[in-house]
Formats: sequence, C-alpha cells, structure tokens
Amino acid sequence: MFDTLQDRLGGIFDKLRGRGALSESDVGEAMREVRRALLEADVALDVVRSFTDRVRERAVGAELLKTVKPGQMVIKIVHDELVATLGSDAQPISLAAAAPVPILMVGLQGSGKTTSTAKIAKRLQDRDKRKVLMASLDTRRPAAMEQLAVLGQQVGVATLPIVAGQSAVQIAERAMQAGRLGGYDVVMLDTAGRTTVDESLMAEAAEVKRVAKPHEVILVADALTGQDAVNTARAFDGALGITGIVLTRVDGDGRGGAALSMRAVTGKPIKLIGVGEKMDALEDFDPERIAGRILGM
Amino acid sequence: FTKAKFDAATLDELEDLLIQADLGVDTAQRITQEVGRQRHERGLDAAGVRGVVATEVEKALADVAKPLVVDNAPKPFVILMVGVNGSGKTTTIGKLAQKFRSEGKSVWLAAGDTFRAAAVEQLAVWAGRIGVPIVKKDIGADASGLAFEALEKAKAANADVLMIDTAGRLQNRSELMQELEKIARVIKKLDADAPHAVLLVLDATVGQNALGQVEAFQKTAGVTGLVMTKLDGTARGGILVAVAEKFGLPIHFIGVGEGVVDLEPFDARDFARALVGLD
Ligand SMILES: Nc1nc2c(ncn2[C@@H]2O[C@H](COP(=O)(O)OP(=O)(O)OP(=O)(O)O)[C@@H](O)[C@H]2O)c(=O)[nH]1
Ligand SMILES: Nc1nc2c(ncn2[C@@H]2O[C@H](COP(=O)(O)OP(=O)(O)OP(=O)(O)O)[C@@H](O)[C@H]2O)c(=O)[nH]1
Ligand SMILES: [K+]
Ligand SMILES: [Mg+2]
Ligand SMILES: [Mg+2]
Repeated sequence: MFDTLQDRLGGIFDKLRGRGALSESDVGEAMREVRRALLEADVALDVVRSFTDRVRERAVGAELLKTVKPGQMVIKIVHDELVATLGSDAQPISLAAAAPVPILMVGLQGSGKTTSTAKIAKRLQDRDKRKVLMASLDTRRPAAMEQLAVLGQQVGVATLPIVAGQSAVQIAERAMQAGRLGGYDVVMLDTAGRTTVDESLMAEAAEVKRVAKPHEVILVADALTGQDAVNTARAFDGALGITGIVLTRVDGDGRGGAALSMRAVTGKPIKLIGVGEKMDALEDFDPERIAGRILGM
Repeated sequence: FTKAKFDAATLDELEDLLIQADLGVDTAQRITQEVGRQRHERGLDAAGVRGVVATEVEKALADVAKPLVVDNAPKPFVILMVGVNGSGKTTTIGKLAQKFRSEGKSVWLAAGDTFRAAAVEQLAVWAGRIGVPIVKKDIGADASGLAFEALEKAKAANADVLMIDTAGRLQNRSELMQELEKIARVIKKLDADAPHAVLLVLDATVGQNALGQVEAFQKTAGVTGLVMTKLDGTARGGILVAVAEKFGLPIHFIGVGEGVVDLEPFDARDFARALVGLD
C-alpha cells in the first residue's frame, strides 16, 4: 500500500519536477490519493477529512527540495502529521492516586477486555511490583467470571471470589472493599461487553463508575474495527469519560486506522496495545509503528 | 438531501454515507455512480435517493442471501465454526443449537476451543441452557482429536447435527490456520463429506480486514457460508457488500444480540435498508 501511495503520488508529482513550490491544485490532487489510502486503512471518514485539511495546509507552498521527490515529501508530511495526531509521547497506565487505585475496563462485546485486564494486572504486578486484585463485573456472558479467574491463576494475580446473584454495581463495591481490606495497590474491574445503544447497560457502567470512582477508565477496542470506531469511542467517552485506550489484535494484519479515529475524536491517549492471546502479549503504544502501518509502510 | 433533483454534491454525500457504513471506497463509488446514472432517468427526492441506494445494495446481496440447508442424508450434519478472536462463534453455536432443537433436530456440541480460558465452560453453559449434549476435554487438548471423538459419539447417537466450536485465530497466523485444516482432515476419516458446512463468523464492526479474513479462512478452512454478528450495535456491516462482490459466498444468518433468540436469517432487503438508514 505504501508502494501504491508512493507510486500514485509519484505519478502525480512527476510532472511538477523543476517547479519551485507546491501549489494548491498540485496538492489537491495528492490529497485525493491520501484520502483513499487512509480510507482503505479504515480511518473514519470525518477524521480523514480534518486530517487531509491539516496536511494540505502544511504541504501547500512547501519548497520542492532538489534531493527529495515531491511524492516522498508529501508522504513524509502525512507520516509526521499521523504521528502527531496519534500522540507522540507514550503514556503508561497511571497509578497516581490513593491505593487501592481502581481501573475500570470497558468496551464492546468481544473487544478483549477480560484478556487485557489480566495482561495489565500481570504487568503491574511483575514490572511495577504492585499488589493487584481483579474482579469480573460481567454477570451476563456465560463463564465470564471463570475466564477471569482462570487467567488470574495463570498470571498469579488474585481475583475477587465469585458470589452468584450480585449485580455489577454490588460486585464493584465488594471489590473496592476487598481492595482496601486486603491492602491492594490496584483493583482492576473487568466489565461485560456492551453496545453503545444499549441504554440500560451504558447506565449500569455509569453507575459502576460512580461507586468505584476509577482513576483510569480504559476503553478496550479492536484494531480491526472499521468506520464504527468513531461512534464507539465517542459514545464510551461521552457516557463514561474514558482516560485512555487499549488497542487489541494489533498482531493481526489490519491497517489499524481505528487508532487514528479513536484518538482523533476523543483526544485520549492509546496507552497499550495487545499483540496476541498470551498474557505477555502487551506492549507500549508506539505512534511511529502505527503510523507506518496505516500508510502500509 | 434536498427536495430538488440532486447534484454532484448530493452524490458525494451518498458516497460518504456508504463509506461510513464500511462498504469501502471502490464499492461505494461503484454504487454511487450507478445511482448517479439513474438520476437522469428519474426525478428523485431525498427518500427516493436512499431508496435507489438501498436497491443497489440489495441487488449486490440478493444472490448470496441463502438459508443454511441442513440435509439429513449423512448423519450427523457437521458444522465447523471458524473466525477471528471474539467475533461470536461460541454464542452463535448456542443460538443455532436452539434453532435446530426447536425444529425437532437432535444436536451435539463439540468444545473445540481447547485454548482460551474458560472457552469450554462457556460452551457448556450454552449446552446446559438448551439441553444438548457436549463433548469436551481439558484445556490444552488437541482440537482435532476432540472433534474426531465428538463425531464418533454423535454418529453413535444418530444425532442430526454436530456443531464444532473452534478457538478464535487471526488469519495471518498460518500455524493456527493449519490447525483448522487438520480438524477438517481428521473428521473426514469418519465421514468423507464432513464438515458439511464451515461457517465463518464476522463481527459487524470489522472494517476492510474482513476481506482478508474471508480469503484466508476460505482458503485454509473451506468456508461455505457466513454469519455476521453484533448488528444490534451501531456498526452496519457494509463490508458484506464488498465481500459478496468479491467472493460470492452465501450469507446465512445475522446476530442481533447476546440472547439465545437473537439470530435471524440474513435478508438482503432488510440489511440494505438498515444500512442506508431506511427502516
Ligand atoms: N490475537 C489476539 N487476540 C486477542 C487479543 N486480545 C484478546 N484476544 C482474544 O480475543 C477474544 C476475546 O477476548 P476477551 O478478553 O474474552 O474479550 P472481552 O472484551 O472480555 O469479551 P466480552 O466479555 O464477551 O465482551 C479471546 O479469544 C482473546 O484471546 C490480542 O491482542 N490479540
Ligand atoms: N451485541 C451482540 N453481542 C454478541 C453477538 N454475538 C456474540 N456477542 C457477544 O460477543 C462476545 C464474544 O462472543 P463469543 O461467542 O464468545 O465469541 P467467540 O468468537 O467465540 O470468541 P473467542 O472464542 O474468544 O474467539 C460475547 O460477549 C457475546 O455475548 C451479537 O449478535 N450481538
Ligand atoms: K505550507
Ligand atoms: Mg470479558
Ligand atoms: Mg469462542
């Protein structure tokens, strides 16, 4: 794809060789190719639009350097702007609050919340030497609580004992109490998946947030998501005030435009990426790498 | 769209609508051009335009909207569920089991996801809910061995349908894709025609990557049909239009919730109208 974008831009700019600076109309043609490349990478349409506007502004009037092909220069501007939008500095999960620090994990069904909860707990325990408690507030999906309990055993992190019949809010209260009494540093709250149009489940999540007062509200989202990424990110941010994003399935061969979409519409940092099903398959977010992927480099 | 006959700007708006539903640039452009062609022939207002778009989308899907035919000649009819992680395979098996039971068929389940934490328990809860037998082994067991054993048992019990769950896998993991090939190969020892259906489960939120998913799963697992889940959310699943054009695989069902009854036959007209916002 990078080759394609490069080829296409190269084709457009070949005829400009020897000119002084890029004009508005030269750049306009290039921006149509950039738009297409971003859409093929699943960047959401309104994000593509504001993005190409910014790139256009930077590119118009840019000096054509003798050594650099104009096509490559535009690609560099696009790349740099992608990195800037994705957020240049890595932001870890913050624990800067009174212990036990509550972390709430939310997202659509099947996005990777339970898996990511256990991965993050393992990381906080092994790298940051924190005492972590995990609790599943998922009273809906069959064997959801067992899933977190099994993962807890695998990574050696405690899970809140399962009590049948409690609501998500009651479990959240019990988890925070157990966190305080047990001297835990962090309490990770895994929740049931929910669509953003499910008003009662979105209200339940808001109620959980009210009682647990999480220091981080992490939206867990699938890197393979298409245009819906903007709806999802806006809705979860609007209802719950997310503090960061974990992008899963970055080990796939998706182009990852969802990262740009979600970051652009919420302004919230992508904190970590999931790169596999195993418990150590969690990495810091690297905007350069995702920018390269979006461009197919 | 305005009341007046629409112009180039309206066509752009239309293309945007289709792109935002994940049809992809090429498919969106093709449909927009077709609608543009028709604008000369008919004076259309806003609703009219959407109607024409819906008709175009419906046309692209009409040939692939096909029910899953479960014939009882070689018993049991074996269905292998495949797809990327978290797409809805296990849940769809639960829903299908209920559907087959209500048609009076006897159903067996095989807990072929021997990898993910509590995947076996998850399917066992569904089996218990519906009241159907399940064949399972401990986590870490060989999935193809489990599938073989399940088919042996379902055959002995003269079951009508056997559904085999599999672990989620991304299509670029070739060693995991080979495992699916192995499951199919191993059960053929008991029934040369098995699996009789291989259903690829696609999540409605997926974007352009669905094309790669269909291609890879078709190649290694011999996909015979598609199910699209999570259409009860905000995603409209428009990539199915591009998938239909490229692969022509039958689309059998859609998932519209997490409950046992939240499964519907795929209907090209309903899908197309929902996609363009006509309900
Ligand atoms: N390849 C890959 N698979 C992942 C990743 N993260 C999670 N998964 C898999 O995705 C599937 C769903 O993960 P879960 O953690 O159960 O997702 P969830 O959001 O808790 O799902 P619900 O609770 O049902 O909403 C499982 O098969 C996980 O193993 C990742 O980064 N890469
Ligand atoms: N809203 C909605 N949720 C669904 C639908 N189908 C499945 N789900 C949910 O999506 C999540 C994942 O479903 P599973 O059936 O576990 O998916 P899977 O493909 O078996 O996942 P892995 O085995 O981990 O790869 C669960 O929370 C399901 O309840 C649907 O049609 N609508
Ligand atoms: K400039
Ligand atoms: Mg979960
Ligand atoms: Mg499953």
